[in-house]
Amino acid sequence: MISGYSPSRTLPIGAEIRRQASRRRTQLALGFMVLLPLIILLAFEFGGGDDDDNGGGAFSSLVDLATSGGLNFTLFALFVSSSFLLVVVVALFCGDTVASEASWGSLRYLLAIPVPRARLLAVKLVVALGYSLTALLTLAGTALLVGTLRYGWHPLGSTVAAEIPAGEGLLRLLGILGYLAVMLLGVAGLAFLLSVLTDAALGAVGGAVLLWILSSILDQITALGGIRNFLPTHYSDAWLGLLSTPMQTDDVVKGAISAVCYAAVFWSMAFYRFTRKDVTS
Amino acid sequence: MFALTARLRRVFSRPTRRRVIAGGAVLVLVAALVTWAALPERHSWTATDQMVSVLSGPSGTEPVALDTRFYLPEDHDGKVPAVLLAHGFGGTKESVSDDAESLADRGYAVLTWTARGFGRSAGEIHLDNPDYEIKDGQRLLDWLAARPEVRTDAAGDPRVGVVGGSYGGALALMLAAQDARVDAIVPMITWNDLSTSFFPGGVFKKNWAGLFFTSGSDAGNPACGRFAEDVCAAYLKMATTGTPDAATTALLRKSSPAGYLTRIKAPTLLIQGAVDTLFPLSEADANAKGIAATGTPVRVAWFTGGHDGGVGPKTDQDRTRFLTAEWLDHYVKGDGPAPENSFTYSRVAGFSALDRGLVTNGYSDPTYPGIGGTGRTDVAVTGAAQQIAAPPNGNPGALSSLPGVGGQLSSLLGGVAGDLGGQHATFASAPVGTAIEVVGSPQVKLRVAAATGSATVFVKLYDVDPTGTETLSGGLIAPVRLTGLAKDIAAAQPVTVTLPAIVRRIDQGHTVRVVVATTDQAFLTPAAPAGYTVAVEPAVSLPTVVGTPIANPQVIWRWVLLSALVVIALGAAAAYWLTRRRPTAPVEEFAETPLVVRDLRKAYADGFVAVEKVAFTVQRGQVVGLLGPNGAGKTTTLRVLMGLTMPTSGDALVFGQRLVPGAPILSRVGALVEGPGFLPHLTGYENLQAYWRATGRPLAEAHFDEALEIAGLGESVHRRTKNYSHGMRQRLAIAQAMLGLPELLVLDEPTDGLDPPQIAEMRRVLKRYATDGRAVLVSSHLLAEVEQTCTHAVVVNKGRIVASGPVDDIVGESPSVQLSVSDVAVASTVLAGLNVRDVRRDGPADLIVDMNGTPREEVVASLVRAGVGVDRVVPRRRLEDAFLALVGDNSRGSGDR
Repeated sequence: MISGYSPSRTLPIGAEIRRQASRRRTQLALGFMVLLPLIILLAFEFGGGDDDDNGGGAFSSLVDLATSGGLNFTLFALFVSSSFLLVVVVALFCGDTVASEASWGSLRYLLAIPVPRARLLAVKLVVALGYSLTALLTLAGTALLVGTLRYGWHPLGSTVAAEIPAGEGLLRLLGILGYLAVMLLGVAGLAFLLSVLTDAALGAVGGAVLLWILSSILDQITALGGIRNFLPTHYSDAWLGLLSTPMQTDDVVKGAISAVCYAAVFWSMAFYRFTRKDVTS
Repeated sequence: MFALTARLRRVFSRPTRRRVIAGGAVLVLVAALVTWAALPERHSWTATDQMVSVLSGPSGTEPVALDTRFYLPEDHDGKVPAVLLAHGFGGTKESVSDDAESLADRGYAVLTWTARGFGRSAGEIHLDNPDYEIKDGQRLLDWLAARPEVRTDAAGDPRVGVVGGSYGGALALMLAAQDARVDAIVPMITWNDLSTSFFPGGVFKKNWAGLFFTSGSDAGNPACGRFAEDVCAAYLKMATTGTPDAATTALLRKSSPAGYLTRIKAPTLLIQGAVDTLFPLSEADANAKGIAATGTPVRVAWFTGGHDGGVGPKTDQDRTRFLTAEWLDHYVKGDGPAPENSFTYSRVAGFSALDRGLVTNGYSDPTYPGIGGTGRTDVAVTGAAQQIAAPPNGNPGALSSLPGVGGQLSSLLGGVAGDLGGQHATFASAPVGTAIEVVGSPQVKLRVAAATGSATVFVKLYDVDPTGTETLSGGLIAPVRLTGLAKDIAAAQPVTVTLPAIVRRIDQGHTVRVVVATTDQAFLTPAAPAGYTVAVEPAVSLPTVVGTPIANPQVIWRWVLLSALVVIALGAAAAYWLTRRRPTAPVEEFAETPLVVRDLRKAYADGFVAVEKVAFTVQRGQVVGLLGPNGAGKTTTLRVLMGLTMPTSGDALVFGQRLVPGAPILSRVGALVEGPGFLPHLTGYENLQAYWRATGRPLAEAHFDEALEIAGLGESVHRRTKNYSHGMRQRLAIAQAMLGLPELLVLDEPTDGLDPPQIAEMRRVLKRYATDGRAVLVSSHLLAEVEQTCTHAVVVNKGRIVASGPVDDIVGESPSVQLSVSDVAVASTVLAGLNVRDVRRDGPADLIVDMNGTPREEVVASLVRAGVGVDRVVPRRRLEDAFLALVGDNSRGSGDR
């Protein structure tokens, strides 16, 4: 071992953050998180009064309430992006991170430094999760900012329960963000596993999103009965329960169990595979 | 496309062991799933269908055939207690099969039957008449007592509980009153007095009554259906007039438990629904009070459901099932402790986010408080006296509930409130300061004036949220028929109206709105138009109960989550601890040797052996060339040296340390393997910086300037690497390998893509690099390059070492000489006479001669003397010998073998 080298100091978190920050896709993804609330805001402002009823149960009223205050605007922005956009963004950050290094050929030089394989994965995972969380918080923060500036600071409204005072509403919103973050661990785990298994970044990201959509579709088929409870997306809407008073946390807890278990399994597989495989790219 | 099919073919044509195992596992899994799905459900009971003929009627001699089903637990020790399970109005024994099965699972013999007048049972509907339906029940008790499997208390007295909902619930109550053999009853959503149920406040509940009546209809008799004549006549009369006459009232009374309650000695669990406009909570309250008056144990439970609300949310179903089982287990089976006397109820908490169903929270209170609550909160409503009109025939009518639709979300949550202009008066409170937990019947004091002296009005209590959305709990309203009214509102006396009991939390900031309306579609209103003046006394009295939340069994999941997190954390820690790298002692012998490769072998998973057996050593100061044709195994060897690939056997030692993936000793090695790998979006300089940052070593050790000088990229170093030419990338990669001036430099085809001057420069650089105790390992397929650059060479082919040693030894003069002569035959003869070892023909005019130490000039002189013309004398070189022997006859790479 050469002086100055220590396995635990290789690939510092900061270095990995900089590696990713300089990439266009990181900048675009985070930029879009800022842009989306603005687009929604513009759509509300210039969308005209085209009243078409979407008649989709009690939660369609989230749309009607979206302009009632900054908190509701944020809630709406999360509502529309949680099922797909955030999944894609998380899959992008977590699925691309190892596979892209492999496709550039830079992975083998990192391993030859040597960055211990487990450390490389751990750092990559932490940074990818960090970027995912940043994206989520950026979206919510921007939405809260522009929503509050435009529509004011008002209680959080929903038709299923009493209005929630703004202060508590903010806490609920944080709770929802926390749950979404936990829920997205599932897709993060899947994308990361695929990222380790393949050298094609697109395959990892696309594969994770594809499997996620498949799970969502299966979840729509009520004939599957109890099996649906084991789908990783089954509890993805449970955060809506946090809007009622008192909060319904049963499904939130189950969703968290599901997401944490899936993520743990996927990550274990990723670590197991990566620490043993021949890096041929 | 071809590439894809070729790959697919490769994948499928090689059934390696791993593929076979994986495929087998998937097959087993699929087979197990299919089997599990296809296997028939196993029951713990057997069911027997049978027509049982019983004698009943006033005289007890009228036979009637009842369609029964008897469930018997399969594995029972001795005799089992029984449950008589009755169905609701319009149902059959099939409609209670789920409940029957779950009771049978709990070890009860369950007898279900279709009541007379329904389904395949004979007879007419007498509306739970003591002489008919109830007597049928008694005969079924006889039947149960005669079954050998059923436990009995005495001869002819079975150990039995009676359970039923609605029509069956009233039967349970009345059977228990009429027959002391009943040990416990669980009547659900049933009535106390049909005459108050159908004429609440003296107003005919036409909508429900009509539905009730038509569900007993039959094509054979369109007017009366399967109703008994007297019942039919009574209905037709009361539906026509809207007021019951004495005979009708007597008939309804006879079919109501109200008159028999004091005779009930069987412990009673009353379960009533809070979303029930047919038999509201007050019916169960009256039953509870009547039964408890004689000291019989009574327990009351409310749930969010009923004739309007359906079976209710899952949590409520679980709770009522549990209460029922607990009740029967103790009072019938004799198992378990005596159930508490606590009162349980539930309140809507909101929608479930997942299935859009309702979510309720359960609460309990130590004793049943009745519908008056444990406390009362008065809310002041204001509003001037208002004039309202009752239209002729009550048309158009306001809408408060949708009888018979059953379980609709809208009616469950807030009714289908729709008040019509001019027909209702509104009195509203200020927003309430603190939330009010309303549990019970609110009371309103009403003053009504009417020119006719009588009025029919409907009183409703709305919960109005700050956005103005009004909610009528359960769609429940109180119809009132008032007579003897004053003509002037000032003279009107206040009348207390008790509204139907509700369970609702009126949140802080909500207002209470009392509405007095003249019409409602669910009720019959007077045909003649009328006008009323209505005022409400300010104080609206709301009964409250502050219940203890029932521990949600779902809370267990929080512990599951916590344990999952702990297990994962422990697992991660264990994995970290088990896999952490323990420093291994170096092999002392080679501690100062940059590289020792010992009998390396690498076979890939698909069976291809890239390296058979390779062993060589790189000492300090050496530039060693790894020479071989494409595919000889050079790159695989280097991959192993970089820790990218695990060798199948053998090992490589760097300064005595074994090379495994991620071995810290690799920090003393700089490498270029299989071409450059850079982040395309960074400039060359940024790439080097990013690489060095990833090493985590101090910047001062990097020697950037030397590296950049070697790269020789000039200003281009600040361009993005994706725009670089192949040669530029190659030079940058060599520079990257040299960052930190590692003691062993491993370069794979370093001159690939360089132009001749750069190659020359690179040679100088490498030679210079190997001074100061450093060493370089260069792989190449070019003989000339190795010859010119390296001090030592290792020649590999087909995964094996063919030759190795100092380049001078290998490249230097070999004992062989190639002679081109004019006459091969003569020359051979001459040579044979000299002291040479071997002479071989090599082409038409060439000979290869192993000189065996004989000087070349002597050989040439001898040949010339013998008259053989010598055209050329070329000293052979060993490396060439070796290399040509390897590749000369076959230009294909060994990787293609």
